[in-house]
Amino acid sequence: MEKIVIALAGQPNVGKSSLINAISDAKLKVGNFSGVTVDKTEIAFIMRDDVSGKAYEVHIIDLPGAYSLTDYTMEEKVTKRFLQSDEYDIIVNVVDSTNLKRNLIFTTQLIETGKKVVIALNMSDEAKKEGIYIDEAQLSSILGVPCVKTSALNKKGLNTLKEAIIQTYEKKQTSSKVVYSDPIEEEIENIINFLNERHYKSTLSYRHLAVKLLQEDEETYKKMHDEPIWIELLPVIREGLQHIYLHTETKDIHEIFSDEHFAFAKGATMEVMTQQNTVIKNPTQKIDTVLLNRFLGIPIFLFFMWGLFQLTFKLGSIPMDYIDVIFRWFSAQAILILGDGELGSLVADGIIPGVGAVVMFLPNIVILFFGIALLETTGYMSRVAFLLDGFFHKFGLHGKSFIPLVTGFGCSVPAYMAARTLRSVKDRLITLFIIGFMSCGARLPIYVLFTGAFFSQAKAGNILFLIYIVGAFLGLIMAKILKTFVFKGEDEPFVMEMPKYRMPSWKLIWHTVYGQAKSYLNKAGTFILAASIFIWFASNYPKVEIPSTFNANQSKTYKLEQSYLGQIGHASEPFFAPLGMDWRMAVALEAGLAAKEVVISTLGVLYSLGEEVDENSKGLISKIKANIPFASAVSFIVFVMIYLPCLAASMVFAQEAGGWKYLVYLFIMTTASAWILSFLAYRITLLI
Amino acid sequence: MHLMDLKKGDKAMIVNIDTKNQALKKRLYSFGVMPGEELSIKRCSLGRRTMEIKIDTTLIALRAEEASIIQVKPII
Repeated sequence: MEKIVIALAGQPNVGKSSLINAISDAKLKVGNFSGVTVDKTEIAFIMRDDVSGKAYEVHIIDLPGAYSLTDYTMEEKVTKRFLQSDEYDIIVNVVDSTNLKRNLIFTTQLIETGKKVVIALNMSDEAKKEGIYIDEAQLSSILGVPCVKTSALNKKGLNTLKEAIIQTYEKKQTSSKVVYSDPIEEEIENIINFLNERHYKSTLSYRHLAVKLLQEDEETYKKMHDEPIWIELLPVIREGLQHIYLHTETKDIHEIFSDEHFAFAKGATMEVMTQQNTVIKNPTQKIDTVLLNRFLGIPIFLFFMWGLFQLTFKLGSIPMDYIDVIFRWFSAQAILILGDGELGSLVADGIIPGVGAVVMFLPNIVILFFGIALLETTGYMSRVAFLLDGFFHKFGLHGKSFIPLVTGFGCSVPAYMAARTLRSVKDRLITLFIIGFMSCGARLPIYVLFTGAFFSQAKAGNILFLIYIVGAFLGLIMAKILKTFVFKGEDEPFVMEMPKYRMPSWKLIWHTVYGQAKSYLNKAGTFILAASIFIWFASNYPKVEIPSTFNANQSKTYKLEQSYLGQIGHASEPFFAPLGMDWRMAVALEAGLAAKEVVISTLGVLYSLGEEVDENSKGLISKIKANIPFASAVSFIVFVMIYLPCLAASMVFAQEAGGWKYLVYLFIMTTASAWILSFLAYRITLLI
Repeated sequence: MHLMDLKKGDKAMIVNIDTKNQALKKRLYSFGVMPGEELSIKRCSLGRRTMEIKIDTTLIALRAEEASIIQVKPII
């Protein structure tokens, strides 16, 4: 069976994913979540030619949405690189019929690659509603490539598109062309003539080659540079460029061609498109007058966020409780089956809780990403950036940073993943680095315990609020510092399309959520599991002889003290001493690297209480009050506010930031700032 | 005169895009923001930090920094 490899390219929000869904009738592997999947996805299926009955094995490469073939965004980089250097047969260019002119600018660039092109004029139904009529036959003859009207939504034009693809595939060479202004056309003609005279052998048509030479296309120059014809060709090109410059104001050939693309797209649009002068009822504009209202816009958004936050953490906590119960039961069963020995402990205290910790976050992630996908596919996300960019940009962040940051107050794990909506690497990294400053839900019990122990009931609430606000504020300052000293340089420009509001495609949302969940389990999950086992090992080994006179509690304390974790705690005492903390607090903080929940239970063990302690347990509160000086407690709280988030979050951070070295940076940054600020807090409190 | 000098509802024609940043220029071009094109100001966010413009059927959000490089001539 013959194989057709199709590169599916188009600008963002043109319905590419829906079209691919409709045409392949197959399960889409993972939908493109704008800003997230900068990977290309591949779909394979069998396509039959209805006329000849011949069957083809079709591979569609779904390229990320790009406005043009440049390196501006990650998506555009991936798309450009694929189109220029990978192996494929045909480009299927999906075009938004309601936005023909802008889309055709991209089309001209695709045609210039010299590959076979088929154009799908998508959203033709919507265009009809808006009174737009496109003469596709005329457009075909202008561009020299087949143009097919399609509607992914109503599954129209799909068969015609398939036929066009097969016919184009069977053709020897493409007859596509972009028409330029006269001076450029003249020079193209000159170069073609020259190549003709020399009978130059080229896989590209002479016209496409000539255009690339005039555009000073690097790849083409590199390739032809080593050929004998080059010596003679070079003066022809040079003279050609000089001629072109005579007619233009600029000598920037890229700018000249950008102008050409635009002029061509404009001309072609005028020729093939007619728009009835009906007043279009555009719901987008109406919705925007409310959602983007100068005064209502932000409150409305905050309300949506509040709702999403409630759903994520309130609704999410229900399955989390069940997951917890189930994994506890598994652990108990493991002990029963494997016994109380080494193996039993490894499975029951190491592996099973490790797997549990991974699965635990899944409900949060699924709900949060459902919400984010909803915001993205409806087109609201761009509005959010528009509304909030003014404030966040002052701190070197992006308008979209708000969502991951707010999520950070719930849990850092989904928050790190939510940072994927940020397209620019710099913006994303700064956001990732400061998410930890937004105190997550697991730190709350520690705060409750300490504020409860040292402040009156009436004051504790305010102090708690203060902790959160100060944390967030520190985060913003840190963002500014990072922006000024680490991620310096020019700001990434903020030029963004505000797409039309669309009804969400549930299928696409499902694929997004499914994809996120899967990638979390695959990538982060493995590391969380491995690290959990490591922590288990560090807190259980080396094995020590427990004096027989000790009761259960004393032996637990003794075991922890003698373990590697305890040894590290003792060894790190000099590090924590200036902060007013003893080795017990050090061990609790270090155990907190595994999970913040562990801090309290560790304190419980170390201050010789039973294991079952929580932030409300009277015994622990009084013990802490008795054993920890006020200034040390303040210092402890400040340290907890800032230092490295839990193990699971750290693993996800490393994944999302794109490397382990970033985790090292994060560790250094959080530890250093936690230490300095704790030190200051300690000294100042001592003075007061 | 540039884009930041305009108010909500104003219409203008782009005269020049005044930047040395070629990537940004290309980006604007690919949205159809080019000399000779007409645009209208749809709205500004609080404090005029961001601005929404309309070219053809495309709505585009810009930061004040980017808006101030787009030189325009108002259409009355």
